[in-house]
Amino acid sequence: MALDKHGIAKRIAKEIKNGMYVNLGIGIPTLVANYIPAGIEVILQSENGLLGMGPFPTEAEVDADLINAGKQTITTLPGSALFNSSESFAMIRGGHVDLTILGAMEVSENGDIANWKIPGKMVKGMGGAMDLVASAKNIIVAMQHTSRDGTSKLLKECSLPITGVRCIKRIVTDLAVLEVTGQGFKLLERAPGVTVEEIKQATAGALVIEGEIPEIEE
Amino acid sequence: MINKTRRNAEEALYDVEDGAVLMLGGFGLCGIPENCIQELLHKGVSNLTCISNNAGVDDFGIGLLLQNRQVKKMISSYVGENAEFERQLLTGELEVELIPQGTLAERIRAGGAGIPAFFTPAGYGTEIGEGKESREFHGKMYLLETWLKADYAFVKAWKGDTAGNLIYKGTARNFNPMMAAAGNITIAEVEELVPAGELDPNMIHTPGIYVQRIFQGVNYEKRIEQRTVRPD
Repeated sequence: MALDKHGIAKRIAKEIKNGMYVNLGIGIPTLVANYIPAGIEVILQSENGLLGMGPFPTEAEVDADLINAGKQTITTLPGSALFNSSESFAMIRGGHVDLTILGAMEVSENGDIANWKIPGKMVKGMGGAMDLVASAKNIIVAMQHTSRDGTSKLLKECSLPITGVRCIKRIVTDLAVLEVTGQGFKLLERAPGVTVEEIKQATAGALVIEGEIPEIEE
Repeated sequence: MINKTRRNAEEALYDVEDGAVLMLGGFGLCGIPENCIQELLHKGVSNLTCISNNAGVDDFGIGLLLQNRQVKKMISSYVGENAEFERQLLTGELEVELIPQGTLAERIRAGGAGIPAFFTPAGYGTEIGEGKESREFHGKMYLLETWLKADYAFVKAWKGDTAGNLIYKGTARNFNPMMAAAGNITIAEVEELVPAGELDPNMIHTPGIYVQRIFQGVNYEKRIEQRTVRPD
C-alpha cells in the first residue's frame, strides 16, 4: 500500500542523524518533526530567523511575534537563537545547515527540481526554495510519485519552470525511496506491498533497478 | 542630540509622495509596520514600488494597499497568501518581481552596506538567471545580483529610543534590520519608545545611525496568519 503523507514523513525522519541542523519546508516536511526517533537531537532552522524551533504553543503561550516559515505560531527551546533574514540565508548559503527537506511538484532524473510556479495558474513565488536547493549539502524531497490523474512527477526533464539544477540526491514518495544517480532514479526501497513494476509504471524518467528492492521498514 | 522623534505616523510620513520606492519590513504579517501602512492608506499616495518579502493578506498589511490600487510594483519572494495580489498579477495590472528570499535579503543588505553587486548560487539555471551575468567559482555557477535601495524604509521594532536605536522581538526581526540600513529615509515605528540611555547598548539590533525618524505606534493588531496550538 502506498504511504500516506505521515508515512513519507516517518521514512524521511530516519535519515536524520543526531546533532543535525535541519531546515524543514512547508507541507509534508513539517510533519517530519513529529517522527524524529527518540534519542536523536536535531536543531530545526526556520528561515524567517530562528534556530531551535520548538513545538506549537499552548493557547496561553501564543505569541504573534514568533512564527515559522509557514506563518504558524511556534515556540523557542532552551538554546534557541533569533536572527535576521540575511543572517538566516548566510547560514543556508554558507553550507552550515546539514539537511534540507522540501516538497516538489516535479523532479527530473538528473536532479532538477520544480516546485515554485505553474505558468498562468499559480505564481506564489519561490520564497527561500531557490536559495535552499542551490546551497544545501544534503536535500531530501518529499513528494507524491504521481499526480491525481496518474501522471508521473519523476520525469526525464521537468515540464514546469525549475527551482534549481542538478541539486536533488534523494527522494521519498508515497511509493518509493529513490536516489538520483548519473543513470537516473535508482530505486532503493519500495512502500510496503507496492511492486517494482508499479513503481516502474509510475516513473517517467529512467529508473535503475539493481537486485532485490527491500520494502520500507515500518 | 538630533531629534528623530515624531509624534505619530502622519508626522513621520509627511513627505512620502506618489511614485516612491518603499521597503516594508516583515515576514508574513509578523513584524510589519502597521502604522506606516495605515498612514499610506490615509494619504492615498499611489504608483508605489513596494519591496517586501510578502504582500500581506487580502485585508491586512500590504494587501490593503493592493486593494486600494496604490501599488504599481511589488518586489517580493512569496505572495501566496494574497488572492488579490495573484489576481492583479495574472491580469497584468500589477508589476511583480519575484526574487529568491535569500537573494532579496542580501540585495537589501548590500544596498545598506554599499556593495553594488555580489554573486549567489540561488536561481542559477532557472528563469531568475535569464539575462544575468553568471560566473564559475570553484566549480560551481553563481549569478550576479545587484543591491536594492529605497527612498523610504518602514521598519517595525519592539523597542526603540530617541537616538533611533532599535530592538526587535522574536521572529519579527526578519527583514527589518537590513531595510533600516537600505532606506534613504528610514522611519521606525516601535511598540515602546524610550529616552536615549534606557536601552542596553549591548542589546541593540539596529544602531540609530540608520534611523532618521522614529515614533511610538498605536493600536497594534499583530494579526496571526496561522494560529497553530497544541493541547495544554
